[in-house]
Amino acid sequence: MKTNDVILQTVTRTVSFIILLFSIYLFFAGHHNPGGGFIGGLMTGAALVLLYIAYDIKTMAKVLPIDFKNMTALGLLIGVSTGLGSFLFNVPFLSHSFGYFYLPFLGKTELATAVLFDLGVYLTVVGVTMTIILTIGEDNE
Amino acid sequence: MFETLITLSLVLISLSILGTLYRLFWGPSMPDRVIAVDSVGINIIGLVAIVSVMLNTQAFLEVILLIGILGFIGTISFAKFLERGEVIERDRNR
Repeated sequence: MKTNDVILQTVTRTVSFIILLFSIYLFFAGHHNPGGGFIGGLMTGAALVLLYIAYDIKTMAKVLPIDFKNMTALGLLIGVSTGLGSFLFNVPFLSHSFGYFYLPFLGKTELATAVLFDLGVYLTVVGVTMTIILTIGEDNE
Repeated sequence: MFETLITLSLVLISLSILGTLYRLFWGPSMPDRVIAVDSVGINIIGLVAIVSVMLNTQAFLEVILLIGILGFIGTISFAKFLERGEVIERDRNR
């Protein structure tokens, strides 16, 4: 029997963008407010899981051709290389710094290198979550 | 006066959660329990909002949106499991 879930797919098209926007907000709010790379990555994973529920694995592999295991490796590489980058300035491993810059639209902004480490955490969490869920979710055929 | 109102609404929402827990434990069918879990989640959203007013902080406002999103995704996956027998399908148009 061919089923028709048009309501679920129409709602998913709107709601997944809201969840992705919320995850990006949580990622950038993590320095001064509740949030950070971990919960931002989990929310991105939740948006992707909603897309996978509303559509199927075959459609999503065509829409989003990302290997999530490579995403985990990229996140770990970014995390380690922000630690190694502190050797360029003759400071101990994982020393982070920050500075105040005048950006064109935002005005005086604090830019910290801890955001790069957080980006590594974010990519790792998204990759691990989606790898676990897709490995459990797909049936043997 | 304000403290009394906040406490009263906390008690009322707790009673509402207890009422949905009755349907969760003794619900005759599976969709009754799923709707009860969804309703408990929505009541917890109100509980977190009232507690954040009570503690006079804005640190819990992300939690409200988070519980809403997680409850939505959980209810949808339960509904899809009850209807199709699997949550993530390999090919929908098979």
